Amino acid sequence: MSTRLGTIGTTGPETAFAPDVALRIVAPRRTFREHVRDIVQYHELLASLIRKELKVKYKNSVLGFAWSLLNPLLYLAVYYVVFDLLLGSAITAFPIFLLSGLLVWNFFATSLIAGTSSIAEGGSLVKKVFFPREVLPLASEGAAFVHFVLQFFVLVVVMLVVRWNVDIRFVWLVVPALAVMLLLAAALNILLSAVNVYARDVKHLIEIVLLAWFWLTPIVYQWGLFDSRLGRRGLNWIVLLNPVTSVTLAFQRGIYNRTTASDGTTVLLPGTSALWYVRNLTIVGVVSALLLFLAVRVFDRLEGNFAEVI
Amino acid sequence: MGRRVIEIDGVSKRFELSSHGTSLKERFVHRERARAEQFWALRDISMSVDEGSTVGIMGRNGSGKSTLLKLVGGILKPTAGTVRVQGRIASLLELGAGMHPELTGRENIFMNGAILGMPKRELERRFDEIVEFAELEQFIDQQVKHYSSGMFIRLGFSVAVNVEPDLLLVDEVLAVGDENFQRKCLERVRRFQRDGRTIVVVSHSADQIRQICDQVAVIDHGNLVALDDPAVAIRVFREHLLEDELDRRARSEAEERPSQSLASEDIVDRVDEPVSAATHGAAQEAKRNLRVRIAGIEFDYAHKDERRYLLPGEALTITVRYTTDESIDDIVIGLGIFEHATGRPIYGTNTDILGTPLTTVAGAGQVTFEVSFLPLLDGTYPITVGIHSHDEATVYDWSEQRTWFEILSPDRTSGLVWMPVEAKSSGA
Repeated sequence: MSTRLGTIGTTGPETAFAPDVALRIVAPRRTFREHVRDIVQYHELLASLIRKELKVKYKNSVLGFAWSLLNPLLYLAVYYVVFDLLLGSAITAFPIFLLSGLLVWNFFATSLIAGTSSIAEGGSLVKKVFFPREVLPLASEGAAFVHFVLQFFVLVVVMLVVRWNVDIRFVWLVVPALAVMLLLAAALNILLSAVNVYARDVKHLIEIVLLAWFWLTPIVYQWGLFDSRLGRRGLNWIVLLNPVTSVTLAFQRGIYNRTTASDGTTVLLPGTSALWYVRNLTIVGVVSALLLFLAVRVFDRLEGNFAEVI
Repeated sequence: MGRRVIEIDGVSKRFELSSHGTSLKERFVHRERARAEQFWALRDISMSVDEGSTVGIMGRNGSGKSTLLKLVGGILKPTAGTVRVQGRIASLLELGAGMHPELTGRENIFMNGAILGMPKRELERRFDEIVEFAELEQFIDQQVKHYSSGMFIRLGFSVAVNVEPDLLLVDEVLAVGDENFQRKCLERVRRFQRDGRTIVVVSHSADQIRQICDQVAVIDHGNLVALDDPAVAIRVFREHLLEDELDRRARSEAEERPSQSLASEDIVDRVDEPVSAATHGAAQEAKRNLRVRIAGIEFDYAHKDERRYLLPGEALTITVRYTTDESIDDIVIGLGIFEHATGRPIYGTNTDILGTPLTTVAGAGQVTFEVSFLPLLDGTYPITVGIHSHDEATVYDWSEQRTWFEILSPDRTSGLVWMPVEAKSSGA
């Protein structure tokens, strides 16, 4: 049955929308471009949500923001004791090596954990107010990124204090590596946050996956461990299937910057040119962009009933 | 020159009803059943709204009216069709959305404002006004968790109405806060109307709709059944309600319930306000000895065949039929009329008071109460009939608010009592 009963208002059926003002169209599907446009349009909300997440996290705690700086230092202490003192790692200046990979991993992991449940826990916001829902997982990522920046700042201070030398030919790798990491995290966050609304298992699953993922990425140990076992058979490309490895390697090369240990034989990082790192980052970047496109498409299909399912 | 604000084009919305949870296992186990549990909340709705109008959406609970509002607000996506909206929307669907208890009132104003799509600079400019409207000057730098619920709602409402929306969506929230604040809210809605803004209100309160709306859409079972002046639309709404009521009555009769009465929970279900506990009536009902029984209660009015409601000022005849197997001389038949929304008695009389005392009754008989002029406005009016002794110590039979009549007013007068009033003006 079709019910077309006409127009409400004083002006009659010939009225039209104003030509110069943006229309909000609520339709079963939106294109990728429309999603991006809407997110950009709501950048102020994104900023507000990030601020809120940061404020709320340390409200009523005595140390406040200091916690986000203490956190990696505590990690560092534990890994230092276990790997350097107990297991006798071959890596010189272990703390710098560890932090150069760990900080960016921490950003990735915390952003994914918070982002995955961001919509399911969005509550009244998702149920009652219009805004592009991707803003929620992106805000989780943004908050994690702010923490990362603070922690990275601490690392820089430490490096200045111990007069750590960086190589100008490699240090810039940090910038594209970070960009790729942000892109990959955004794609995964958008995808997982939407799926998690319908299958809450994802939230639990991701924690376990991240744990395995962490130990499969050369962060606590050196790239050379893989290289010595797989490199001989020409299989070390398998390690690069893990997209995060390309990112952490670039970070380690840019900051830690020693390709062999002090014994002269243990390989820590690939001794290749910067081009090799850039190639890897480019591949991960392209894959992440495709993944983002796919994630938004999936998101688009799933978002229609968020308000009802939550 | 008006312009279009909302255009709803062939919109349908289907929900997958799943009573089970949202874990993978449950999805897997129930996937067959889930497929079957689909429900169309809205079917092919098309309408448009022009700038400056205040539109009401009426319908029973579950009719789809709130779903329609959510689609307009962009909170849900339609299964088919499109909704186009132009301009900034503020919705009073949920006051204080996104506010966080750990943040202060000040921080939350910015949070909430950003969610409603207001630029930060504009929020800063209007900040004082928002705080003043919410009456929270002293508390604005306190964490919201220390606010009372009233303060929280005032803050949310204040932000919502101060973001200067082109389109305001309201979902039955005009009933929040104390009386003073409610009046302020209504004033603000009126100011919006004077400013030529567009408002969409969802309500099932005919009074509220009548007070503020120019036009009303009625949704029933997901279909748009009327789009008209409030008076006409409200009548359609009521007719649909009654239609449903009769269906239900027919069903319950089929289930061999006592034919003269509707269970009181039907009334409660039908209109959402609860009937206040009629303790006196319940006690009387419990006391009845059925030596005289109420055989039927009937309403008669001029256009009974065409409509199931009366107009204000019409005549109504209430017939009470009774039967008894004995001969009883100590008997009075009483009538009470109640206002459904509050349960308040608005009229009570009996055969003695009316100066027509009953003498001995035996067998079957009837008493008619003839109301020549019914001075009541819109509403549902349950009646109570009691048959008892003169001193009310013995109750023969008692029917407590089990039958009712409906009144629909064709104009926009509000309140309870209908009286002929004329306004005259003279030049200054």
